[in-house]
Amino acid sequence: MRYSGLQVIKEGLFGQKGWKPVWRDPDPKPEYEAIIIGGGGHGLSTAYYLAKEHGLTNIAVLEKGYIGGGNVGRNTTIVRANYFLPGNSEFYSHSLKLWEGMEQDLNYNVMHSQRGLINLFHSDGQRDAFARRGNAMINQGDDAILLDRDGVREHLPYLDFDTSRFPIYGGLYHPRGGTARHDAVAWGYARGADQRGVDIIQNCEVTGIDIEGGVVKGVQTTRGAIKAKKVGIVVAGRSGQVAAMAGMRLPIESHVLQAFVTEGLKPIIDHVVSFGMGHFYISQSDKGGLVFGGDIDFYSSYASRGNLPMKEHVMEAAMTLMPMIGKARVLRSWGGIMDMTPDGSPIIDKTPTKGLFIDCGWCYGGFKAVPGSGFSFAHLMATGDYHAPAAKFRLDRFATGVGLMDEEGTGSQHNLH
Amino acid sequence: MRLRRPENTVTFTFDGRPVEGVPGEPVAAALIANGIKLVARSFKYHRPRGVMSAGSEEQNALVTVRRGVQSEPNIRATMLEVAEGLEVFSQNAWPSLHYDMMGVNDILAPFLGAGFYYKTFMWPRAFWEKLYEPIIRRAAGLGELNGETNLDTYEKAFAFCDVLVIGAGPTGLMAALTAGRAGADVIIADEDSAMGGRLLREVEEVDGKPGAAWVADALVELEAMPNVRLMTRTTVTGAYDQGTFGALERVAGPRAPDKPLECFWRIVAKRAILCAGALERPIAFPNNDRPGIMMAGAVRAYVNRWGVVPGKAVTVFGNNDDAHRTARDLAAVGVKIAALIDSREEVEVNADYPVFTGGQVVGTRGRHGLKSITVVHSGGHHEIITDCLAVSGGWNPSVHLTCHMNGRPIWREDIASFVPTPGSIPGLVAAGACNGVFSTAGCLEEGANVAADVARGLGLKPKVTVPPADASAFAMKPLWAVPGKGRKWVDFQNDVHVKDIQQAAQENFRSVEHMKRYTTQGMAPDQGKSSNVVALAVLADATGRGIPETGTTTFRPPYVPVPIAAMGAGSQGKGFAPERLTTSHKASLAAGAPMIEAGLWYRPSYFPMPGETHWQQSCDREVGYVRNAVGVCDVSTLGKIDIQGPDAAALLDFVYVNTFSTLKIGRVRYGLMLREDGHVMDDGTTARLGPDHFVMTTTTAAAGLVMRYLEFVLQVLRPDLDAKIMSVTEQWAQFAVAGPQARLLLNSAFDQEITDDTWPFMACGTVDVSGVQARLFRISFSGEHAYEIAVPARYGESLFRQLTAQAAVLGGGPYGMEALNVLRIEKGFITHAEIHGRTTAFDIGMDRMISRKKDCIGQAAAARPGLMDETREQLVGLRAVGSKDELMAGAHLFEEDAVASRVNSQGYMTSVCYSPTLQGNIGLGFLHSGRARHGEVIRMVDHLRGVETRAEVCDPVFFDPNGGRARG
Amino acid sequence: MRIECPNCGERDRREFTYQGDALALRRPAVDAGEQAWDDYLHNRDNPAGETKDLWFHEAGCGAWLVVERNTVTHTVQGAVLAEKVKR
Repeated sequence: MRYSGLQVIKEGLFGQKGWKPVWRDPDPKPEYEAIIIGGGGHGLSTAYYLAKEHGLTNIAVLEKGYIGGGNVGRNTTIVRANYFLPGNSEFYSHSLKLWEGMEQDLNYNVMHSQRGLINLFHSDGQRDAFARRGNAMINQGDDAILLDRDGVREHLPYLDFDTSRFPIYGGLYHPRGGTARHDAVAWGYARGADQRGVDIIQNCEVTGIDIEGGVVKGVQTTRGAIKAKKVGIVVAGRSGQVAAMAGMRLPIESHVLQAFVTEGLKPIIDHVVSFGMGHFYISQSDKGGLVFGGDIDFYSSYASRGNLPMKEHVMEAAMTLMPMIGKARVLRSWGGIMDMTPDGSPIIDKTPTKGLFIDCGWCYGGFKAVPGSGFSFAHLMATGDYHAPAAKFRLDRFATGVGLMDEEGTGSQHNLH
Repeated sequence: MRLRRPENTVTFTFDGRPVEGVPGEPVAAALIANGIKLVARSFKYHRPRGVMSAGSEEQNALVTVRRGVQSEPNIRATMLEVAEGLEVFSQNAWPSLHYDMMGVNDILAPFLGAGFYYKTFMWPRAFWEKLYEPIIRRAAGLGELNGETNLDTYEKAFAFCDVLVIGAGPTGLMAALTAGRAGADVIIADEDSAMGGRLLREVEEVDGKPGAAWVADALVELEAMPNVRLMTRTTVTGAYDQGTFGALERVAGPRAPDKPLECFWRIVAKRAILCAGALERPIAFPNNDRPGIMMAGAVRAYVNRWGVVPGKAVTVFGNNDDAHRTARDLAAVGVKIAALIDSREEVEVNADYPVFTGGQVVGTRGRHGLKSITVVHSGGHHEIITDCLAVSGGWNPSVHLTCHMNGRPIWREDIASFVPTPGSIPGLVAAGACNGVFSTAGCLEEGANVAADVARGLGLKPKVTVPPADASAFAMKPLWAVPGKGRKWVDFQNDVHVKDIQQAAQENFRSVEHMKRYTTQGMAPDQGKSSNVVALAVLADATGRGIPETGTTTFRPPYVPVPIAAMGAGSQGKGFAPERLTTSHKASLAAGAPMIEAGLWYRPSYFPMPGETHWQQSCDREVGYVRNAVGVCDVSTLGKIDIQGPDAAALLDFVYVNTFSTLKIGRVRYGLMLREDGHVMDDGTTARLGPDHFVMTTTTAAAGLVMRYLEFVLQVLRPDLDAKIMSVTEQWAQFAVAGPQARLLLNSAFDQEITDDTWPFMACGTVDVSGVQARLFRISFSGEHAYEIAVPARYGESLFRQLTAQAAVLGGGPYGMEALNVLRIEKGFITHAEIHGRTTAFDIGMDRMISRKKDCIGQAAAARPGLMDETREQLVGLRAVGSKDELMAGAHLFEEDAVASRVNSQGYMTSVCYSPTLQGNIGLGFLHSGRARHGEVIRMVDHLRGVETRAEVCDPVFFDPNGGRARG
Repeated sequence: MRIECPNCGERDRREFTYQGDALALRRPAVDAGEQAWDDYLHNRDNPAGETKDLWFHEAGCGAWLVVERNTVTHTVQGAVLAEKVKR
């Protein structure tokens, strides 16, 4: 069923009775050409692009819970392409281009809103670092504008320009940056994949990976064994456990990142704003809630929930930067499990097991990568060749030191990001 | 209408209209007393809405309080206390609450079903940001932030106790009494303005006296106990690890206008008893959202506690015995009961008002206030004229806090509700109504027993005495949604009705999480407190599953919304991070120096002189001081770490790439420190003051990091080393004295003269300055003949004043960060602009410093092939050539004729300055294979600022490459 | 979250700085080879369950602790001084 305004009106007239399931709930078949473990944003987009770009339709996405229940459904919805290191730069640029055509491609409104993102800086040194970043973005063909203090004031008059602990020197403005309705991205890809014949199988937990003679043969699940010549692991925070089923130990630690939303408010924040001194970023959802977040809690965790010190720190950052939101009330806070790599950049690679592929290590920035990651991972799984924009996301870069991508410059070692 | 004439009244306003109320009662009560039914508009369809509940779970009556900069949106009128002059406004309505233009949404409702926006607004693409989204955004949202900087005070505080009792109804009070009497340190918190919970709202006896009287006695006893702290207006908002709870106290108000508005508490409790009670749930029937339709328990609360009557002819509709109390209590005070409707067939009621058993409400009328309802029952179908409908679909235990650590509640068929899973929060036990115990006697007993268990667990000897009370059992039969046509609201706040949930199921959003996210049920400010169980039941029905099988969504903190200003209290303005000031801070300010942030420190940028209009002029002059006379600069912000012990030298050998065990006493050496990942962490000088005594300096930015790292090395990696470290950054004030006249200046202050022989380059030791022992280091970050002198911090200010005054006599003076930066760039000295975390010793040309004779941090990782690749970006100097000579930090480098794109980027600029010494623009940067490219002319492109300059690659040391000036 | 410091008693999480898996205690020799160093620096068991990791009582006594903890429930079993751990 194709979605359109006309269809919405038609269904409105007939009591919404004609809407069809957005995806089917098939039983698993005994064998598929390829299996994607993980029905999150990245897994679903991988399946979609395998079907759409490579004609692989006899494939299944196995999800242990409900699709879109992981980080794609619990993030702060920011979409941007403002990376500056080679490897990241071309990847996120490609991903943003996919975002820009996503709704028409999927025939699903994911409410991708290019409302502009402003990264604030608070010293000459930070300005120089952001200038390097902005120039790299333009080198890549993306957009960046360096704002001085007055330029920031024009866009964000409500910031505390006078008394904030770390004065605002300016900002790097990325007009094509913005937000999207996170759940809709998962549903849109699920619908697109399903329409092309992909089996999306929920409540199906993978409990083992079958390997014979160094070649993957299939998976064991709570709904029985399923054979496949190719298996892709796309399970974010759970990467360590699933990779262990294939005898792998990954350069990943799982950490909790919290996020927050306030009660609904009339429009007040029109951009995505990121504070350079306090790890705080905020936007306002179309429903009116202020959606914001900060840094990880800084201890390894699988609990999907965090503690007060980081919550308070995030609110403190909000209060020094934009004290006008003080009376907004936090309605809900939650946590996601982040697959943190040593250098803060992701992994899309083959594994030592033939036919087994892995896509992980998105740290706390995986949402904006959903289309690009799926596209590049599908390319790798289907062709065996690295997709150019993601060719540097290699598993062995830590061992060799070749092509490390430490965007934050805090070190390519755990617990520094 | 009020049952009795209040003794004391005040006037507040609602949308500008004066309303009489009793101080302290909820605004909702006063509105009801004055017959104001329409108080709000709903989120999506802008339906007219009235007060529904009598607590923080209120879905409809959200208002804005005060005006201007003090205005605060989304306040529950049910929790807001009446005070003289209080200004209350309705919200989400334009132009007025009665005539709201957005009410058109309600007419368009057939087209605005669940998730309609995912299916349209896609064409043309550019219209989303320009047209659709702005319209949607304006229509959405509830209240409005005023956009002004917050001027109110908020606070945060810590509290500790043995037992935290959450909720002060019968269970909580009994628990607090039992634990308190046993001697435990107790905090009892309740979100209401008065403790007592249902005992203040019901007509019941405890211990032979009215419930409220028993409460009053209990409070007198608790208040007299020094080990018990009572916290009213305090909502426990979240349960966190190891017995930590968040709580929000509404502090200010008419009682305390000078106090903070709210305080966010972090309460650490050895044990906790959850006595949070239960919340009544509605029944879904057509148009069940009209103003005047309320929860049955809330109607009792308004009548019994506040003496206000919500209607002239009240109808009660329920599926349980509890609902009958509403009819009984209201009839007892003379309110007309239009009818009592019980959906159960088998109940018998003896009353002198009409009773319909096996009846259901199937329709209502009255857009701005209920006028009538339609009932079906065995006897047929008829209309009842009524202006208030009290509804009860049963009670949901308040299990919320027990879910905050991912606990899942358990379904209990007999009460058709979820109850907590024991142990979901370590150290917390649920008791009373929140645990599914609904009689007052049962609550008192469970409160006492649980508290006694807890007290015993703490090693105390509690006694259990439970007063007699009402023990009638709670009987109900589930009724979730009345069959038939029409919109039956489930989530009133987000305008989700039964059909939305059914449509979600039809579209395969069958998982409860999918249904929630697709319909937005449970995502409104009440977070589904009232609607979740009804919605689950409707979903279970639509998908042919049972409720337990359908599962629940997760309740997450906070239990009630918490202002950002409360949780972030103390950080507005400068409070966000400590401010560290050097001893010369005042003198620098007095000299008119603009101060800039350096980490947490403030440092002078430059010291303007009369006639100078631009920082560059001051900077050039200050550079001249150092190059030609003498300059003085406060360098106290650099980290100083005292290292002592027999293995102090071995420690340094391990943390620096170069060797320190060979350093002679009285000498200083530059050291480079790597992280274990092989990249540069920090650099600085370390002086050997004695055989087992060193003092290390770090950069300002990395001082804390290095200190932590040295402790890590000593305790985790090398506990075999016998050495101790101590940060002495704040104990010593340290000044750089640099320039050809540096020695002359110092000797003017020293008790004993120094000479080049006694203090050669890189020497260190102690000197006396006016009888004060100081440390003197002959080191240079400017390339000039220079020293750093350190005195105990208390002498810092006077030494700075003395040195700068004397410098002026010698043709010099103080210099700030700008000049310091120029001086170091001229010499090719690096800062964190160059060692930005991604550079290696190889990149900065210092890999030969790595001693292979010993192990050191980072040595193994630095030897990885990727970190030693000749094509890596290497540190170079860049000198502008050609007519355009502007250099920009952050610009990228390209071959002269290459397109300025990513694939062609050869490197980037890190630091730039105008060098008054060399009279030209110079800079440092990183360039692929840069060391082999000295002499090459490249193109620097700064897209952002539109600057393109040709620059010659050169050695990073621009000035005095042989270093003769520092030695001389 | 609260941790029992062997020196100071139970303290709030905000007094501590976290530093990851306690395998840091077993630092390889400088010439142990690429695999040993890769395993030490990068590769992790990353358990969902019981773990031992390093915490620095930075705003307290300055001790590095090995904390036994559960990454799923956040239960803290106990902590010992890192310098006293046999390696």
